Amino acid sequence: MLEFKEVTKTFEGSKKPAVHKLNLSINKGEFVVFIGPSGCGKTTTMKMINRLVEPSDGQILVEGTNVLDQDSVQLRRSIGYVIQQIGLMPHMTVGENISLVGSLLKWSKEKQRERAKELISLVDLPEEYLNRYPHELSGGQQQRIGVLRALAADPPLILMDEPFGALDPITRDGLQEEFKKLQKEVDKTIVFVTHDMDEAIKLADKIVIMNAGEIVQVGSPDEILKHPANEFVEDFIGKDRLLQSRPDVTRVEQIMNANPITVKEERTLKEAIQVMRDNRVDSLLVVDEIGTLKGYIDIEMIDAQYKKRSYVYEAMDTEEYSVHKSDLLRDTMYRMLRRGSAYVPVIEENDRLVGIVTRAALANMVYDTIWGDETAEVAAAD
Amino acid sequence: MEAIITTLSAYGWDLLEKTGEHMFISLAAILLGVSVAIPAGILLTRIPKVADRIISFVGVLQTVPSLAILAFLMPFLGVGVLPAIIALFIYSVLPILRNTYTGVMEVDSSLKEAGRGMGMSNWETVRKIELPLALPVIMSGIRFATVYLIGWATLAAFIGGGGLGDLIFDGLNLYQPS
Repeated sequence: MLEFKEVTKTFEGSKKPAVHKLNLSINKGEFVVFIGPSGCGKTTTMKMINRLVEPSDGQILVEGTNVLDQDSVQLRRSIGYVIQQIGLMPHMTVGENISLVGSLLKWSKEKQRERAKELISLVDLPEEYLNRYPHELSGGQQQRIGVLRALAADPPLILMDEPFGALDPITRDGLQEEFKKLQKEVDKTIVFVTHDMDEAIKLADKIVIMNAGEIVQVGSPDEILKHPANEFVEDFIGKDRLLQSRPDVTRVEQIMNANPITVKEERTLKEAIQVMRDNRVDSLLVVDEIGTLKGYIDIEMIDAQYKKRSYVYEAMDTEEYSVHKSDLLRDTMYRMLRRGSAYVPVIEENDRLVGIVTRAALANMVYDTIWGDETAEVAAAD
Repeated sequence: MEAIITTLSAYGWDLLEKTGEHMFISLAAILLGVSVAIPAGILLTRIPKVADRIISFVGVLQTVPSLAILAFLMPFLGVGVLPAIIALFIYSVLPILRNTYTGVMEVDSSLKEAGRGMGMSNWETVRKIELPLALPVIMSGIRFATVYLIGWATLAAFIGGGGLGDLIFDGLNLYQPS
């Protein structure tokens, strides 16, 4: 779809290239985010795609054709473009703004109108807005229109230069989510420039981290968080995010206790109490002969029912509540905290009980995340 | 009072005719000025490095007294309406040129970038973005030039251009303190 080959840009009067021998290929339908500190060449790289900046050397191929071999005006009409300052024409209505590229392409008035209606229905705005002027809209609404304007001629590729950078955090959050959904619906290749790592992680299929005109690392958000290429990337991502990202990729299996205290369902309540006493716990997971999770029983249930019932399977609670061993820990944590339960049984295929995650295990893990490094250092020092 | 009535009844048609000439000279000069200064102003925005120098140069021209310009043009263009219009046109250029330049330069650069990024040609950028948005500033330049030109058009009388100047200078020359 889009390919950079040894692309270099040196601005007049500067010795150091703004972008140096950049190689990258972007697939169709990918959401690629360029990120880096200011002056790293990310915006320059993006602007070379639609020739707002002319590359000094190397090739940029859009669907196999070098952009320098195409008429720049035609090229730009075939690529969507959204900028941070939104750039809606204040003297045109919202409808006229949306169909601006259409008017450049000499579409008929009806076609422009139809397309504008079609597009505005994609975002959460009423059709009457087409007749309003941009200044009557809020910043978030204006940038929605800015995005629609880029979609108007249905370009396969859209360039976005920090499109949500000027919006307040709440509006930005909403718009990011809306946009990510929209991108899936319309299936466009998107090149997005930002300096906001949260935004990049949230939106990108592929993050391109740049510094001083060169690519430092390319990868999915997960890859970059898990394996930052070097110190620069780590610093850029930020310690907080690296720590936060750890539980994100930990699976339940990794922290569960593989030896949960269990009792077989056909045992008597007396035997169950014995097991509790021996193991100093107040509840037991109930399993059958082959280890399938059946339910749980705790001391209060036994206390309330030991006169009427005599077997575990009669008194136990069979409520289905467990997590799979390959589930992500962050989901488990959320479920445990929400339910206020002290533990969650862990199962594998066929409901076979394989372990348990307790609050204590979570506490241990959080402890390791926060102080783990220090403890290791102290241990090393000793 | 009576004198005014006598004057009007004797010279009423003259007055109308001269007003007509006056209007024609001023308007022609302004139209000429607009048709030259606006495109020139837009051209200047494309070469901002030399634009300031050019505008100062035109500003210097402006300081030449209007009567001197008329006298200066006489050997080349002779006398009559045409040299008068040309002299006035020269004066109209500066305010319109300067305002066009300023107006267009002041158009939000992000709008121009958005336009270019969407694939507007140079001409489309001018027509769809720069001119409409700079229009208020350009118009104030034209208004300013018009007001001055109407005043200076009286001097056209000195080189046989006609206009209300004819009547005014005749009156002054025949001044009879009664």
